[in-house]
Amino acid sequence: MLEMVYVGNKRLIGEVIGVNDGFTTIQVYEGTTGLKPGEPVYPTGDPLSVTLGPGILSNIYDGIQRPLKSMEKLTGAFIGEGFNISALDEERLFDVTVCVKPGDKLKGGDVYATCPETSLITHKCMIPPALQGEVTFVAPDGQYHVSDVVARIRDEKGHERELTLCQKWPIRTARPVQERLPISRPLITGQRVIDTLFPVAKGGTAAIPGGFGTGKTMTQHQLAKWCDADIIVYIGCGERGNEMTQVLEEFTELIDPKSGKALTDRTVLIANTSNMPVAAREASIYTGITLAEYYRDMGYHVAIMADSTSRWAEALREISGRLEEMPAEEGFPAYLPSRLSAFYERAGYMVNLNGTNGSITIIGAVSPQGSDFSEPVTQNTKRFVRCFWALDKSLAYARHYPAINWTSSYSEYLDDLGGYYRENISPEFMKARQGISNLLMEESNLMEIVKLIGADVLPDDQKLVIEIARVIRVGFLQQNAYHADDTYVSLEKQYKMMELILLLYKKSKAAISVGITLSSIMQTGLFELLIKMKYDIPNDKLEMFDAYKEQISDKFVALSE
Amino acid sequence: MGLQFVGLKEINGSLVVLDNIPLSNPAGYEEMAEIVLEDGSKRLARVVEIEGGRVVLQVFEGTNGLSLNNTKTTLTGHPMEIPLSREILGRVFSGAGKPIDGLGDIFPEKYADINGKPLNPVTRSYPHNYIRTGISSIDGLATLIRGQKLPIFSGSGMSHNKLAVQIVRQAQIAEESGQDFAVVFAAMGVTSDVADYFKSSFEESGVLQKVVMYMNLSNDPIIERILTPRCALTAAEYLAFEHNMHILVIMTDITSYCEALREFSSSKGEIPGRKGYPGYLYSDLASMYERAGIINTAQGSVTQIPILTMPNDDITHPIPDLTGYITEGQIVLDRGLDQSGVYPPVSVLPSLSRLMKDGIGEGFTRADHSACSNQLFSCYAKVMDTRALASVIGEDELSSIDKSYMRFGQMFEKYFLSQGFHEDRTIEETLDLGWDLLSLLPKGELDRVDEKMLEKYYNPERTARFQ
Repeated sequence: MLEMVYVGNKRLIGEVIGVNDGFTTIQVYEGTTGLKPGEPVYPTGDPLSVTLGPGILSNIYDGIQRPLKSMEKLTGAFIGEGFNISALDEERLFDVTVCVKPGDKLKGGDVYATCPETSLITHKCMIPPALQGEVTFVAPDGQYHVSDVVARIRDEKGHERELTLCQKWPIRTARPVQERLPISRPLITGQRVIDTLFPVAKGGTAAIPGGFGTGKTMTQHQLAKWCDADIIVYIGCGERGNEMTQVLEEFTELIDPKSGKALTDRTVLIANTSNMPVAAREASIYTGITLAEYYRDMGYHVAIMADSTSRWAEALREISGRLEEMPAEEGFPAYLPSRLSAFYERAGYMVNLNGTNGSITIIGAVSPQGSDFSEPVTQNTKRFVRCFWALDKSLAYARHYPAINWTSSYSEYLDDLGGYYRENISPEFMKARQGISNLLMEESNLMEIVKLIGADVLPDDQKLVIEIARVIRVGFLQQNAYHADDTYVSLEKQYKMMELILLLYKKSKAAISVGITLSSIMQTGLFELLIKMKYDIPNDKLEMFDAYKEQISDKFVALSE
Repeated sequence: MGLQFVGLKEINGSLVVLDNIPLSNPAGYEEMAEIVLEDGSKRLARVVEIEGGRVVLQVFEGTNGLSLNNTKTTLTGHPMEIPLSREILGRVFSGAGKPIDGLGDIFPEKYADINGKPLNPVTRSYPHNYIRTGISSIDGLATLIRGQKLPIFSGSGMSHNKLAVQIVRQAQIAEESGQDFAVVFAAMGVTSDVADYFKSSFEESGVLQKVVMYMNLSNDPIIERILTPRCALTAAEYLAFEHNMHILVIMTDITSYCEALREFSSSKGEIPGRKGYPGYLYSDLASMYERAGIINTAQGSVTQIPILTMPNDDITHPIPDLTGYITEGQIVLDRGLDQSGVYPPVSVLPSLSRLMKDGIGEGFTRADHSACSNQLFSCYAKVMDTRALASVIGEDELSSIDKSYMRFGQMFEKYFLSQGFHEDRTIEETLDLGWDLLSLLPKGELDRVDEKMLEKYYNPERTARFQ
């Protein structure tokens, strides 16, 4: 079961997905046009695996870890069939430092060699989890290929095992860890609506559901660019080819703000576009998460962007349909929820076998059919993720991006992360967040009335809520991904922005209660000023907020005279 | 020539079954076969299912007149291929790629498998150059980019065909780079009136010599309909990537195509997905749409404009829904606008071009393009809210700002959206028009634009011409 095989004279890659008395069912990961009965099938004896070792980063793979750049050299612009290429560049030399010596006793997960993989990331070669024993030989430090032997180890049974720079791991099995840690740190994304209102934790799970054109992919790209994970695994699962090209081109040009190096140095792309074989689309999610686990084992924080999990679920449906399995809801197989939960459970903040801490955060896009959130993939995903960023069509139509709807989205990490925000940003952070959130709720209730009778009849204090909510919506929640300053905003600036908005609200409310009209407050221009502060205050001049504060106080003093 | 098989085992709709195919001469999956009838006429068929010695064939021209013992079937040993050469320009073919204009066969330079192969994402170039269509609502708000796939979502009876013709005519004029421009036209299940309309329109605008047509009319066999777009795209890829031409592919009507696919799927007895469409509809559509693009080893490009009529004007129907998930945006036509005489009746808010952001602005169109279009979108969204409010409380009760939005909405539809069939606006005209319309609103309402732009373009004096 689940053994990898080569099918036919072209040696197409396949996997055994069913074994019966007389016959075996094989899922083929490539186009089967021209395949004839009577062609041979070659077994490999191993389950479908990925090759783990230096050279994974800044590479682009298809769903079963075949490097697309090398494929291009072999087959030209179009992807051919039956090519079995090594996932890692076997010609490349790495500067290896061996960090064990003969006689050392090692267990699974221990690091025996390191080498710089890209300018950002040091690669650590670890003993495969199931192996332990005593080192009998080490090679001197120096330059090695991925398949060169750098050490030998004698396992418990006395067999000598060779250790190269790479190892294999089956994609459908999670790599073992020591223990799971409770969640305590946020994944900082620099996107205000996410960091402030609906934060996701390192080691957490989030879903971004939205109909087409609501900006799922844009949001995923923004997160991949700016979030503070060490490594990004971007899975383009059944999506557009041009989008993958865009990621590829943009990430090569973009500079990571923290390290000053190209973003590709910390990114792995898995591209299985919608016109590539469906079966490989199903595998691509597992390939991605296995690569992520490997880097987590080295002690890195990894974020996975899966765009989109609905396409993966549809691949399951397609395969299940061809196997003539009994369908459950909307033709999806009955095992859809268990597959989804198994995938999301591979996220977490872990203590690895070698004692380091690492995390995997999964951010999955969901493309509900007909923008209907009650369909099975969205509903089942909702049960397994703790952070839900619902994208809204009407916000997207008004070009309010990110189009995350603040009434239907939620994050269950607020309590877990409150401590971090209070300690590292400001003790008042969570309070301010709640203030903003309350105002938005109040506005959405008022809007029900406004829709019926117009805004003019409301009393001034309610009109104020609507006006201040406009400042929050346009000035705070809306974020321009193409603006040099606005594309990434530090938590500190986010907090200061909230503080100013709440200050304006407090002052205005007090002014209205002593009889000053809203229109005269509006005329001070303070509302417009705050709406534009996201552009006007550069990210490195946060002291300007104090000037703004004074300006607000001065204007209100002038008003009350 | 391989073995000939006499007779058939079973006939079921457009499917026929051969039995006892010897393992020494097995059939290949998706291989083509030729069926010869007693009177000597030939029909093409494709292998769609193999189970041991039992082979299911799908007959393109239908199974009329076939019986279990009057046929001889030959397996050709290769998948469906069409002949290609530069000579195909100006020719008309059937949905299965056979010439039907009476001008004889093509002398092929090569044969190509119509299923194509997926483009390697590494080889793609990200599309940047915009195509000027001269239509304000498209150029200004949902810009078409070379190498994009931008469908038109329409409904029965709306002017999508007219719009497509106008795009072809004006895009051709705008072509300045000196590279060859050509159109590949795939008609799937359209009436002969529609086909004739396109043909005569191409003739009038003088592009007929640069058009390759693949015609599958509504009374032609549905199996051919499934092949039509694949033939057309294979021709497009050939011209674009081997002859470095810029190709615009127009495919109409995707809805008929999907219905053909559904018919075919149910005749094979597959498990249906939503609304009876096969579960693989997404992958199937993707295998067509993803064949648009630019690659970095050739100078040409394939741009697709598929046209689909939304059943019952419902954008959540599986066909527009899945299409929207694959294509890079959509141009949605609106029945209300169409009824009130606006041409082209582009429904602004749901229309979108995903590649627009990288193909506009300084160096492509004009630096203020993205600010202008964002502001137009957000103001027009506000117009919709205001109209909803006005329908409840009456227009007279609206505040003065809301009234100015109402006026902006009217003028926007009348001057910006609406334009003549032969009116070709430059991008400058379109953007200036946009700014002039925005000047109908108070300055404070324009919150998507920075001060400098407002200074330069905001000018209420220029609004006098809007009556």
